[in-house]
Amino acid sequence: MKKIEESSIAVAIGAKLARVQVCPMYPITPSTHIQEQIAEFINNGELEAELINVESEHSALSACIGAAAAGSRAFTATSSQGFALMFEVLPITSGLRLPIVMAVANRSLSAPINIWNDHSDAVSARDQGWIQLYVESGQEALDATIQAFKIAEDKKVQLPVMVNLDGFSLTHVFEEIDIPEEKQVDSFLPAYKPEHFLDIKNPKTFGPIAFPDSFMEFKKMQQEAMLESLEIIKKTNSDFAKKFGRSYGNGLIELYRMNDAKFAVIAMGTACGTARVVVDELRAKGKKVGLIKLRCLRPMPVKDLQNATKNLKALAVIDRHVSLGFEGPLFSDLKSIAKENLKIIDFIAGLGGRDVSMKHIHRVFEEIQKAKPKGSWLL
Amino acid sequence: MIFMAKEKNSESARKNQGLPVGAVVLEPGSAKKYHTGAWRTYRPVLDSTKCIKCGNCWKVCPDAAIKRTSEGIFYIDYTYCKGCLLCLTECGAKAIVKEVEEK
Repeated sequence: MKKIEESSIAVAIGAKLARVQVCPMYPITPSTHIQEQIAEFINNGELEAELINVESEHSALSACIGAAAAGSRAFTATSSQGFALMFEVLPITSGLRLPIVMAVANRSLSAPINIWNDHSDAVSARDQGWIQLYVESGQEALDATIQAFKIAEDKKVQLPVMVNLDGFSLTHVFEEIDIPEEKQVDSFLPAYKPEHFLDIKNPKTFGPIAFPDSFMEFKKMQQEAMLESLEIIKKTNSDFAKKFGRSYGNGLIELYRMNDAKFAVIAMGTACGTARVVVDELRAKGKKVGLIKLRCLRPMPVKDLQNATKNLKALAVIDRHVSLGFEGPLFSDLKSIAKENLKIIDFIAGLGGRDVSMKHIHRVFEEIQKAKPKGSWLL
Repeated sequence: MIFMAKEKNSESARKNQGLPVGAVVLEPGSAKKYHTGAWRTYRPVLDSTKCIKCGNCWKVCPDAAIKRTSEGIFYIDYTYCKGCLLCLTECGAKAIVKEVEEK
């Protein structure tokens, strides 16, 4: 069924279709519409789930842990400062290998206080063992929410997944959304049946101490699961395409007009939509340009990015976060992945809700086609 | 190692010494195998002639290391007592004293 819907609502519909069972929620701008819509679904009987009114985001994710450890499908959403307050619980979730899904309405971190979009909240947590997906449209936000549970609960993965969508510039945007049929989603995503869960008939302990004789092995297992999830994310994307007729690149990255491209931009989230239009304009003028949309930041799709960039002369990285005192984190990642003679140039853009405009992307393409291109802040 | 029961059904666990995915302790009551008494710096010593059998020490002991005989006499199980001395602090009858642990 097609409907004009806000992207936040699309995420809530995705969670509803995934038949989430426990939703501990604490509202924060710009993720609030997600929490409100989940509450509304429970209130009007469309969703059979427990909504827990917690006292903070730290508690929201902690309650998700309890719910998932007890064997239920848990979902929450947050943003910015709330995400920061959750930080302590992020590595606990992934270390306990609980397949919790969380929607993050990406927003800058204070100060100065700012409620608008950039990627500083989620990107600064990229090392905490969560799979991080970044979506571009409301449709993708809905689809990725369903896919996220499928990826998270895979026996080879068993890791939490973040579905990142740009605050306001996506969360509050209305567009046509194709809402999948319940039955189809049920057959794509069967009920969650974990091997181990809290059960009084079969007692187990979750969250014990691991001494120096085993801690590293547990971290290694997490790293192996993260790397194995690359294939599972791809497979989930192609299985989803077979069932619902929609796919997002190969699930990890999406290439736009990259076939014979010599100059390209790599970005995450809504900036990709803008970049597509600029790529079209430049292509119409005969320029060999393209776009790499990075959908999955962690695990890092190293091989796919190497393949995608191997014939390029220069690559511009759009970072919507800066590792203060160094450079854009995506830029750092790309430098370590790409072939040695590829020119990679860093552009810090769209912090605190500053638009990443078509003008900006045009400037980026002009710059990287120069003999000695220079990175800059797109102010 | 605290993870004594091995995970058998998971490939990931098999590759990593049978350690359970997510560090779940699969065996109930396994803390019993873990002799925390070795951590002690101070040793609480209970004088049962002064003990009024109020059970305060038994209630507050975080390691369930205060035990009771069938006659109702309280005693300290040094296999598990970590020497936190909560029992000494809470004993109203001053029946518990501390001694430096000598090993």
